Amino acid sequence: MYQQEQPILTVKSLNKRFGHGCLNCQGVQKEKLVGNYCPFCQTVYACQNISLEIYPAEILGVVGESGSGKSTLLRCLYFDQDISSGEGYIQGYKDGLVNIFNETSQQKRYIRNHLFGMVYQNPYLGLRMNFSSVGNIAEKLIGAGSRNVDFMAGRARELLKKVNIPDYRMKEAPENFSGGMQQRVQIAKALSNNPPILLLDEVTTGLDLSVQANVLDLIKRIQRDLKISMIVVSHDLGVIRMLADRTIVMLNGRIIEQGLTDQVLEDPQHAYTQQLVYSLL
Amino acid sequence: MREIIKIANLGKFFELHNLGKRIKGCQDISFDLYEGEFIGITGRSGSGKSTILKCIYRTYIPKEGNIWYNSRLYGVIDLAQATERQLIHLRKKEIGYVSQFLNVMPRTTAREIVEQAVLDMGYDPEYAEEEARNMLTHFELDKELWDTYPNTFSGGEKLRLSIAGAMVKRPRLLLLDEPTASLDNESKEKVKILLRKLKAEGTSMIGIFHDLEFMEGICDREFSMRTGKFVLDNTAVL
Repeated sequence: MYQQEQPILTVKSLNKRFGHGCLNCQGVQKEKLVGNYCPFCQTVYACQNISLEIYPAEILGVVGESGSGKSTLLRCLYFDQDISSGEGYIQGYKDGLVNIFNETSQQKRYIRNHLFGMVYQNPYLGLRMNFSSVGNIAEKLIGAGSRNVDFMAGRARELLKKVNIPDYRMKEAPENFSGGMQQRVQIAKALSNNPPILLLDEVTTGLDLSVQANVLDLIKRIQRDLKISMIVVSHDLGVIRMLADRTIVMLNGRIIEQGLTDQVLEDPQHAYTQQLVYSLL
Repeated sequence: MREIIKIANLGKFFELHNLGKRIKGCQDISFDLYEGEFIGITGRSGSGKSTILKCIYRTYIPKEGNIWYNSRLYGVIDLAQATERQLIHLRKKEIGYVSQFLNVMPRTTAREIVEQAVLDMGYDPEYAEEEARNMLTHFELDKELWDTYPNTFSGGEKLRLSIAGAMVKRPRLLLLDEPTASLDNESKEKVKILLRKLKAEGTSMIGIFHDLEFMEGICDREFSMRTGKFVLDNTAVL
């Protein structure tokens, strides 16, 4: 018989709002929101009551239109933004007993540097454009405690090779690279500290088809070889279909549907998901 | 003989919110599948045959009834209520699904597809490589094609690859969704030989076929469907 498996990351009732809220939008009267927006106090409820679990070596897809709160969710998990309320537990951190969102900023930096890797839609957020590519990776390694220059250079080379950046360009700054190459340097950087959890935010958006295919193959290979758990945010259902085991659908900051990826795409339950699936070309 | 699947009053409809309509899939489906048995389901297109298979595989969420499955991983489990993670594990290790459409990752070679199926079961790469080689040979897929992408394959080649990927896992339960629909007679015969072999090895199967001739001599029982219901319960051995 099968042993009960433990999630590697658990998020419970995560809320993120931008603004202070008012009597109109707080508590019982929440239905007076327009989408995720309070017309009285201009507060935006970007993530509302988000609960999810990710299991080892699993890819969780997150779909939804722009403004649905997908990126905010990832940024909250990566501590780029403070949350309004909620809980998060990581299996490999203090035995999964401590709410990571309540930790000190020092501890949060530790989690970020050791347990998470992040790839942003916009490479400018994830890379220092005028540092060398090797330097970019070394930066993340230093954050994770490395001090040995030879080790860091070797690790950077190994990773850049893995993401198909040629030897003779490794010392170049990403600002000289094409969008697809920048994205691959970002992935190499995110992988450098061997994180158990990788967060990917619209990584293929804006890339042309063949480059997109390269990046997707790379992600799939990483997942297969390194058994990393991933959250893949995308508004592209094709990307989700190809990568994700399970999928979450977001609308106005809420999870409106979740299920096995093939089930969400073939038998969507919510009106919005149905519309989304019918919109597939 | 023991039941491997016990379906009770399975019903499925599709609520189309945007159109304000409800489409019927299947209603009141009840039957048992015994270990090592092969059940065939026939009926015109649109009669709800695939809906039953997709409910069992949980590509569709059943709306009514239970699908009791005697699993190795979890014991007896209701597939209609099982969690997504349980289903992911069951799909990797116990339940196979073959349709006429090969549904795989783009830019993955035939060999990788079959190997991956074995790796998913938790075996090591050497064993996966050997099993993949055996299976592709067994299915008489041209050696030239092993390391190419299946998008250029003919319908028959794709199907044989698809069945190879499902068979290499030696699933306990195999769901066949019109796998022979687009095949020539020679390919059909090959598939039939393979299905017989699987059956002899103990795999229980539920298959949908248009081709009554094909079902002869391989199905133990046959159900016929019309408008989402079973109309004829032919339990005699064909």
